[in-house]
Parts: sequence; structure tokens; C-alpha cells
Amino acid sequence: MYSLASYRLMTGNEAVAFAVKQVDVDFISAYPITPQTIIVERLSEYVSSGELDAEFVPVESEHSALSACIGASLAGARVFTSTSSQGLALMHEVMYIASGMRCPIVMAVSNRALSAPLNIHGDHSDIMGSRDAGWVLIFCENPQEVYDYTIQAFRLAEHPEVLLPVAVNLDGFTVSHSSEPVAILEDEVVRAYLPRRERPRLEFEEPASFGVFALPTHYFEFKVEQEKALRKAGEVLEEVSAAYPNRSGRLLKLSKFNEDGRIAIICLGGTAGTVRHVVKKYGMKDFSLISLKLFSPFPSEELLDALKEAEGVVVMDRATSPGAPLPPLASNVAASLYEAGVRLPLMSVVYGLGGREPTLKMIVEMLEKSRERIGEGGPVVSRMYLGYGGG
Amino acid sequence: MPISKLADLYGREGLSPGHSACQGCGATIAVRQVLLAAEPPYIVVSPTGCLEVISTPYPFTAWRVPWVHVAFENAAAVASGIEAALNVLERKGIGRRHKVIVIGGDGGTFDIGLQALSGAFERGHNILYVCYDNEAYMNTGIQRSAATPPGSITTTTPAGKRERKKDIVSILVGHGSPYVATASPHLWKDLTNKVRKAQSIEGPTFLHIIAPCPRGWYFDPHLTIKLAKLAVETRIFPIYEVENGRYRINYLISRPRPVEDYLRLQNRFAHLLRPENAALLEEFKRWVEDRWSQLLKMAEAFPA
Ligand SMILES: Cc1ncc(C[n+]2csc(CCOP(=O)(O)OP(=O)(O)O)c2C)c(N)n1
Ligand code: SF4
Repeated sequence: MYSLASYRLMTGNEAVAFAVKQVDVDFISAYPITPQTIIVERLSEYVSSGELDAEFVPVESEHSALSACIGASLAGARVFTSTSSQGLALMHEVMYIASGMRCPIVMAVSNRALSAPLNIHGDHSDIMGSRDAGWVLIFCENPQEVYDYTIQAFRLAEHPEVLLPVAVNLDGFTVSHSSEPVAILEDEVVRAYLPRRERPRLEFEEPASFGVFALPTHYFEFKVEQEKALRKAGEVLEEVSAAYPNRSGRLLKLSKFNEDGRIAIICLGGTAGTVRHVVKKYGMKDFSLISLKLFSPFPSEELLDALKEAEGVVVMDRATSPGAPLPPLASNVAASLYEAGVRLPLMSVVYGLGGREPTLKMIVEMLEKSRERIGEGGPVVSRMYLGYGGG
Repeated sequence: MPISKLADLYGREGLSPGHSACQGCGATIAVRQVLLAAEPPYIVVSPTGCLEVISTPYPFTAWRVPWVHVAFENAAAVASGIEAALNVLERKGIGRRHKVIVIGGDGGTFDIGLQALSGAFERGHNILYVCYDNEAYMNTGIQRSAATPPGSITTTTPAGKRERKKDIVSILVGHGSPYVATASPHLWKDLTNKVRKAQSIEGPTFLHIIAPCPRGWYFDPHLTIKLAKLAVETRIFPIYEVENGRYRINYLISRPRPVEDYLRLQNRFAHLLRPENAALLEEFKRWVEDRWSQLLKMAEAFPA
């Protein structure tokens, strides 16, 4: 049993900060960057007003923010940070170290485009650039999911069979800055959901060396063990979400809508809401929607299961992977299909770069285009830039 | 409390024998002295560099005290995180405070780590930052750093470095650090006293230790301590401390030895002693004189 405290009107950023406060983190270190800044500001307020008993270390860069988080995590603290875009890029080096040192840090990423040209608006280029850093990557559609998934992220990260950092992604502005009423849990319910667990830490009486170097004789094993732990996070997530008190807020690997549609649209984050709306509003019943909540470890099995009846897929990427055969999400979907021996027509759509939000009209255009391409005699793989104005 | 006997030291040999430093490595001698004096309980943080690599080839470690390395440019940030986290964990009754000591090379301190160092000192974390200065990037094969002295040959300054050495002490004094000092392993009492003093002071403190490196300076391993001594007695590496902006020269060298006595023993300076390079030698001497006279002026203007 659980009790919902109430509803609170919150933006995505505020939902992160509120969840982090309830989670009773010990340590926060972050650096301001749009569109994440409000998270840092709210948390500073909670700490200075005494609502949250934590140390807030206002570092001089994101590189130092994540470095300080690693130090704090190894000292035994429950740790949080957040960033966007250039800040995440600056953390890139340290992200690999956080996962390699098995630090259960939770980070919110208010996703934003990468420079150049400079752009403060939403897309997924930032996190996709770090997708091989060995973190668990979660995507949220709305402030409610942001709230629920942030809390669950801590339990997943700290699970003894996982001990890996988790990034909770929310689209810059469309989710980070949109308000909606969020169902929140009581503080005690959150605390009971997240008991403290022992893990190795820096302690004078039990001296250990952390962050050693490994020669070719051992490095490979370290990295494979780490990858196994990341795969394990997929299994552990099931128990983590099953235990989450608010049933409707449980973090599933993916959510499905209109399962009978013959063409499946696959996307990450807030865009799922727009696609769902279009399918409903225009009665485009031949489309189903798969909103992926977990990008890493990639839930291939669940995805294949969801695609059992599909005749084709449209994969929406809000990032490009210049020079690669397919952008990140499409590439993972294609690999999953290949592994299952399924040769489903796939339309790869790149959209929304630098905050060019997909309008209803754009989504309709995309769906219509996919009807033409996914059918008798169509190409196995086709590509489209949605909303692109160039030639 | 000044230390007069080794037995008075706290006595934890933090770095065990068997590590893979070169014979006569000045850095490891300095580290041993620092840890013998350090007040427990403490945690050591190191940036990437010789010290990290010689001490922790998995599955071995030479560290008998808790130790952590994260990357090259962020030791001061990691230390900030540990220090701040232990404050709150102690407050919540789920951890206890430790002293935090960073021990890093000159590259990780003067160059790539300077931003994190500056941030940590500006924020006022309660840490002791020790730089063992071997005056180049030794771990990657003797490349110049901002701490490399003028004239010195490194693999990236094959004709000798043109620039002077960065004045790290002034930079940290400029951050308002309550205690910044220099030390040399040949003056172990002074060094260990400074460690204790630094740790007894609240706030970010800094110890800059000269660490002769046989491999990178090209000298015979048995000369390490002699070279540290010569560096001090020639005024090349003055021993002083700055407490709340007040200067005290701990070893006033009234009659300096000729710098040639120091340069001659190291092949990194061999070319400076050749007649055709007299101008370079002059420039080296001017640097030493300028530094010393500036230090005297500071000690006169802001005496301890
Ligand atoms: C970001 C980054 N750049 C470069 C390196 C390569 N690197 C490792 S140690 C090192 C030099 C270390 O020099 P210093 O700090 O003076 O310590 P020493 O090895 O001399 O003890 C360099 C350049 C690195 N590890 N990380
Ligand atoms: S290269 Fe120099 S600093 Fe590095 S281990 Fe050898 S003597 Fe010590």
C-alpha cells in the first residue's frame, strides 16, 4: 500500500528537484546550463532552507561537478547531479570513469542540442554522444515520468548487482519547462522505498585503492564485467519498478499505444505524446506507438515482442550520427531486428534538431510518407529528415 | 608542535615498498614524508601521473591508506567531493570525517589541473593539496610543464624551455589560502612540520615540494637528496611559507652556492654550461635572482 501525498503543479525540472529532495540525497554538485539550470536553483533553495540535508558544492565546471560526485559517491554518499548539452560534453571523460568505478550517481539531463552553431533548444545529441559511456539511460515523456523515474533511478543505481550511474533524460523545454500536475508520494514512502545499502567506500581503517590502472592482462575483464552489470540492470529494473509504490508510475522499459496498428512508431521522450495525440485525433488507427523509456541497456527482447504483429517501423531519432548507416535509435532497432532474423521495413526519421519541435502537421506528414514507403516493393531501409527546410 | 624525532611522527607508512618507481625517485621520498606526518584518519587523492602509475598496477597496490585516482585534471574536484560528502555523512551519523590530502605532480597541478585546483581553493574546502614537483610530465616521457624551469631540456623543448616557471605559490596565495608553503625532502623536519601545520589550519592549504627525478632530469639516482639540497642552497627553490598572506623565509640563503653546482649534475641542463649558450645561462640566473629578490620584498612588505 502507498499513499499519494497530493498533486503538485511542476515543470520537468521542478519534478527532478522535488524527487531528489524526497530521495534524501547527501551530496549535489552541478553547474548551471540552460535548460537544466532550474534543477540546480531549486536544489540550492532546498538545501539553504534546510528542507534537504545535503551538501551542495557549486563547482567551477561540469567536469569538476561529475568529478566531485565520484569523490562523494566513493565516500559513501547518495549523489545527484544534472546538466545539459555542452556541460554533458564537458563531462564526457568523467562519465566513463563514473561507470568504470561503479558509482551509483543519478544525473538528470535536460536534453539540448550541441554546438556549433550554438543552440539552447531541445534535442538528444548531448546524451547520444555519451551513449557508450556505460550509464543506464532513461527517457521521460512528461513531468510525471520525470518524478517517478528519478526516484526509481536511485534504487536501480544502488542495487548491489548494478552499481552503475543512471542518466534520467528529459527533453529540453518541452518537458523541462512544461508544467503539469504531478502525483507525488509522501516523503516517508519514498524513504522506505530507498533504504541505504552498504557498498565499498573510502575509509581509513579499511584502506582500499580506488581508480587503479589495469594493464592488458586485466582491463578487458573489467570492461566486460561492467557491461554485464549494465545488462543486469535491465533485469533488476523489473524488481525495482515492481516495488515502486505508485503503480501507474512504474518504470517499464517501453510503453505501447494502439497495439493493433500495422506500422509501429518508435521514439524517445516527449515526442511520444505528440505522436499519440496525432494517432488519436486523426484516427490514424494503422499506427501503433512504442515509447521507449529505457535506451540503455537496450530492451531488444521487449521491443521485438511489441513488434510481433508490425508490418513496418518508423524510428524517430532526435539526433544524428554523422557518417553512420543509421542514427542511434534506428541503429539499435535495426540491430535488434537483425538478431531476431526479422527483415521489417524501417523508415529512419531524424527530427527536431536544435529545438525544431515536430508539429501535428509534421507528424501527419511523416505518417503518410511511411504508408507509401512501408508496403509492397518498398525499400527495407529509407530515410527522412522531418521538418528540414533545406533541399 | 614541531617534530624533532622520526619517532614523533604519526608513523603510518602510507606507501609500501615494492612499487615500481625509479631508483632515487624524489616524488616517492616526499610522499613517504608527507604521510608519516599526516594526521589520521585521512584519504589520499592523486591525479594521473607517475605516482598513480607506479603504485597501483591492478591487482597490486602500494597504498596502505585509502587512496583514489579519478583522472588527470580533477584531483582537487574529487577531493572537494569527498570532503563535503563526509561532512554531511558525519552530520547524518552514517559516515565520519577524514582529512583529505591530494598528492599530485606538477602537470596535474600547474597545468591541466589548475582550474579544478582554483575552484577548490576559491570554495574553501578543507583539504591539503601537495604538489610533488619534478618539473615535467614524467609519466608520459618527460614533456615540458608550466613548472619546467627555463633552459631545461624536455622531449617537447629539445632546445631548452624558453619560458620561466609558473609561480604557483603566488597563485594560491592570491586565492586567499590560509597556508601555502614550499618544502624539500632533504629538510624532512621542515617538510613534516609543514604538513602538520597545514592540516591544523581550517581551509585549503598547499605544499609545494621539490621532487628531483633521476629519469627526467638525467642524473644518477644517488644524487636525489643532494640535488634537492642544491636547489635550495642555490636559491633556485626557496623554502618559505605564507600564512594568511604573511611571508616567512624558512631558509634564508645569505650566501648562495653558484647555480652551476646544481646544473652541472643534470643532463637536462648540460647545454646551458656550454660557452655558446652563455646567454641562456644568464637568463636562468636572472630568473633565480628575480624570484629571490621578489620573495625578499614580499617578506619585507608582509612579514609573518
Ligand atoms: C586528459 C588527459 N590528458 C593527457 C593525459 C596523459 N597524461 C597522463 S599523466 C601525464 C603527465 C603527468 O605529469 P605530472 O602531473 O607532472 O606528473 P608526473 O608524471 O611527472 O609525476 C599526462 C600528460 C591524461 N591521462 N589525461
Ligand atoms: S620518472 Fe621520475 S617521478 Fe617518475 S617514477 Fe621515475 S624518478 Fe619518479
